Amino acid sequence: MSAETIVVLAPLVQVAAAVLAALLHRWPNLREAASVAAAIVLIACLVALLPPVLAGARPAVRFPEMLPGLAIAFEVEPLGLLFALIAATLWLPSIFYSLGYLRANGEAHQSRFFACFALSIASAVGIAFAGNLLTLFLFYEALTLVTWPLVTHHGDEEARRGGRTYLALLLGTSTLFLLPAIVATWVYAGTLDFVPGGILRDRVSPGVATLLLLLYAFGIGKAALMPFHRWLPAAMVAPTPVSALLHAVAVVKAGVFSVVKVVVYVFGLDAAGADFTPLVTVAAFTLLAASVVALRADNLKRRLAYSTVSQLAYVVLAVALIAPLSVVGAALHIAAHAVGKITLFFAAGAVYTAAHKTRVSELNGIGRRMPWTFAAFGVASLSMIGLPPTVGALSKWFIVGGAWQADNVLALAVVVLGTLLSAGYLLPIVHRAFLRPAAAGGAAHGEAPATMVVALVATAALTVTLVVFPDVPLALARGLVAR
Amino acid sequence: MIAEHLPALQVVLPLVAAPLIVPLRRDTAAWLVATLVSVAAFGIAVALAIAVADAGAISYALGSWPPPWGIEYRVDALSAFMLVLVAGTGALVMPYARASIAAEVSGHQVYLFYAMYCLCLAGLLGIVITGDLFNIFVFMEISSLSTYVLIALGRQRRALLAAFQYLIVGTIGATFYVIGIGLLYLVTGSLNIVDVATRLQDVTEVRPLLAALAFITVGLGLKLALFPLHQWLPNAYAHAPSVVTTFLAATATKVSVYVLIRFYFLVFGHAFALDGLPLRSLLVGLSAVAIVAMSLVALFQPDLKRMLAYSSVAQIGYITLGLGLANAAGLTGSLAHLVNHGVTKGALFLLAGGIAFCCGSTSIADLRGLSRRMPWTAFAFVVAGLSLIGVPGTAGFTSKWFLVEGALENGQPWIVALIVASSLLAVAYVWRVVEAMYLALPDAPAPAQASTAASMLMRASTAVSVALTVVLGFVTAYNVGYARRAVALLLEGIS
Repeated sequence: MSAETIVVLAPLVQVAAAVLAALLHRWPNLREAASVAAAIVLIACLVALLPPVLAGARPAVRFPEMLPGLAIAFEVEPLGLLFALIAATLWLPSIFYSLGYLRANGEAHQSRFFACFALSIASAVGIAFAGNLLTLFLFYEALTLVTWPLVTHHGDEEARRGGRTYLALLLGTSTLFLLPAIVATWVYAGTLDFVPGGILRDRVSPGVATLLLLLYAFGIGKAALMPFHRWLPAAMVAPTPVSALLHAVAVVKAGVFSVVKVVVYVFGLDAAGADFTPLVTVAAFTLLAASVVALRADNLKRRLAYSTVSQLAYVVLAVALIAPLSVVGAALHIAAHAVGKITLFFAAGAVYTAAHKTRVSELNGIGRRMPWTFAAFGVASLSMIGLPPTVGALSKWFIVGGAWQADNVLALAVVVLGTLLSAGYLLPIVHRAFLRPAAAGGAAHGEAPATMVVALVATAALTVTLVVFPDVPLALARGLVAR
Repeated sequence: MIAEHLPALQVVLPLVAAPLIVPLRRDTAAWLVATLVSVAAFGIAVALAIAVADAGAISYALGSWPPPWGIEYRVDALSAFMLVLVAGTGALVMPYARASIAAEVSGHQVYLFYAMYCLCLAGLLGIVITGDLFNIFVFMEISSLSTYVLIALGRQRRALLAAFQYLIVGTIGATFYVIGIGLLYLVTGSLNIVDVATRLQDVTEVRPLLAALAFITVGLGLKLALFPLHQWLPNAYAHAPSVVTTFLAATATKVSVYVLIRFYFLVFGHAFALDGLPLRSLLVGLSAVAIVAMSLVALFQPDLKRMLAYSSVAQIGYITLGLGLANAAGLTGSLAHLVNHGVTKGALFLLAGGIAFCCGSTSIADLRGLSRRMPWTAFAFVVAGLSLIGVPGTAGFTSKWFLVEGALENGQPWIVALIVASSLLAVAYVWRVVEAMYLALPDAPAPAQASTAASMLMRASTAVSVALTVVLGFVTAYNVGYARRAVALLLEGIS
């Protein structure tokens, strides 16, 4: 099979999985088996693309023109492949986790859930493979829409309100800022293709370039830069597997991935005249402010959501420094944060399923009842903070290196301070779970269902594995800045 | 032999069918005739469009009286495009009409509906195809008079009031139009569009021309529901039978826009009408208010059909906005939106008709929990709603893209802001319905009689129209492609 065929096949497999999930409504085991099979096929597709892409090939597919001169087009480059690999690899354990969670909590509409989930992954792969801004925009909006039923899954008033915030902010930013930015790019540059070195150079004045940069950065609301971050905590009304895969991996990573992609392939690493200082400032502010909010949040999922906002800001900050090292760091951090944060959410969902607890203050001593879950939580926390032996240390290393390279002391200080704050909001949870005595009374419980525990231990193990064998992500991240 | 008379057949066929239906009286026979005529008209329109694309504009001298003395039927890139839209809508809604009209119109009036529909179709096609200014007026009256009857056929008595309101406004509009062309005739001594345009080049006395332009703009503005001349539209759309609403929403206002475009670009010339006068700012300003204010009004409508009607006024604003931008991208957006909005709003009104058919109400409060009772309808509403919003991958996106591009090329970023703000309002009013359908539970279990299943034909028509909203988002040769050809014709114009 040629690389081009695989490129088309990868998202289609997930669409087929969605159709199958809907058709196999009556046979839940068969339905989940189909999802697992599709996930494995998707991973196989992406792995098959690795050797040619690492060797410098850019498998590309163009569909018939949608607008004059503008076609839907796929082109696989290192960063996109990295993002797609992360989403697909974490999708597999998520299926096992989800089926344990949905069945243990007796959730309704399970077929709709799996169908929308598969479509989200298809959209994420579409974003990852997008060969131009139009294609990126198409799948970006699709991702918002197919995840809405997942966010409002419970269908109650709270879910409805969360869903409204989710749609309003994501569609609002993309329509108000991203679409005009894309059309303006089209008017100025005459092309929307992602080209190494950028397409805006010498086409726009510095002022316009800076304006466009800000439109892109805020328009990609999925990157959750303040003040357009509120959709992410609002999305926490969703069942936890959704928060785990979508709001720690697929959706938010699609956001920062798009920001990185726009900076690298639209502006180029020589910035096309744009002033990146405002973006650095906004990212730095978001990083610190969200950490402070996380520090004070008692609801576990809310704390994790604000932690995500803060960690996403690392990626934006890193790429906004536009030093080669920091861009590599940004790409690596997309992977590192995904693996760590999904583990944390998996653990939060396991706690909810086994003990029906949602607050940090209720977690005293729970680590002795759920040792696997909280061991995994601890490992993932280390990665989140950026301590060895986890993959978080690797990406932090590059980001710090990039800040030196860019000679930006402010960014350096923010990264260090952010690290301390993240230790401040994560380690107390581990401390409570293992070292504080459990409150008297309360129902006896053990670990969550086995499929959930296996999934979260697997992703925790991945945070360590990735630092021992960092070749693939590192090679892909380096491919991004190689000329 | 027949091929060369296609332009005449295009209009004559439905025109002759109308009086034939009346003596038939039988509902089924009337429906059959109307459907066959609609399909045939669509076939003719497609054949003409292909012929024009291959060999350029067709000029047909009615009764072999050569223009400018006789009436000329003229099929060019622009009118072929509109013929396909109008006839296509007719062919699409007729299969749907069978069951829907039987449910929504009193039994003894059903055959009259089909007769009036054929007249209306003939009138609209005539307006599009004719190359004669007075002939436009004649066909405009044919379509308007039949439209008044069609609206009045609605079961509720308020339909009568709505029809009467439209009758008053429509008559004023037609009168203004005829005053306008009277002035043009005074100045040029001709009624043939090409001939008038040629003679106008030598006219130095602009005062009567200005008066003509003003009368025609206001007259057609009433007909096409240009804000703030839109007062008749929400009532008419809300109280007319669903099929009528669908057909009118997709064609009647669009045809008036088409006439306005012809006047601006092919009669007066945009150098005179748009560049030399403040008309452009006026159009842009009114459209800008329309797309924002009317979307806001739509947001607060308690009834689905009324909401869609106000949304139509806003969407017409998009079309006139592109006209006011008057550059290639803006006009392409404008013309493409004629089709895109026609298809999208047509699909939505068909769905609303299906809901009325099955549940007996289109009040948004009664839509709660609809996703359980009518899962396909609810899903289709989401799809067509996305096109109304203009999400990429739907028809609505393509026209929005060109409008934004046109505004940027004109250096008017504030218009871009208004366009996107209006899209967000569209998200709000569409999602209000989606939430009701998917997330809210009905207050009481649905009444037993409310489970009339829609007929297969209704479902088929609706499915085709909803599918079109997506297909036209990806395959843009038929909306954007033809729009670009028509724009080339307009801008070359008479310059």
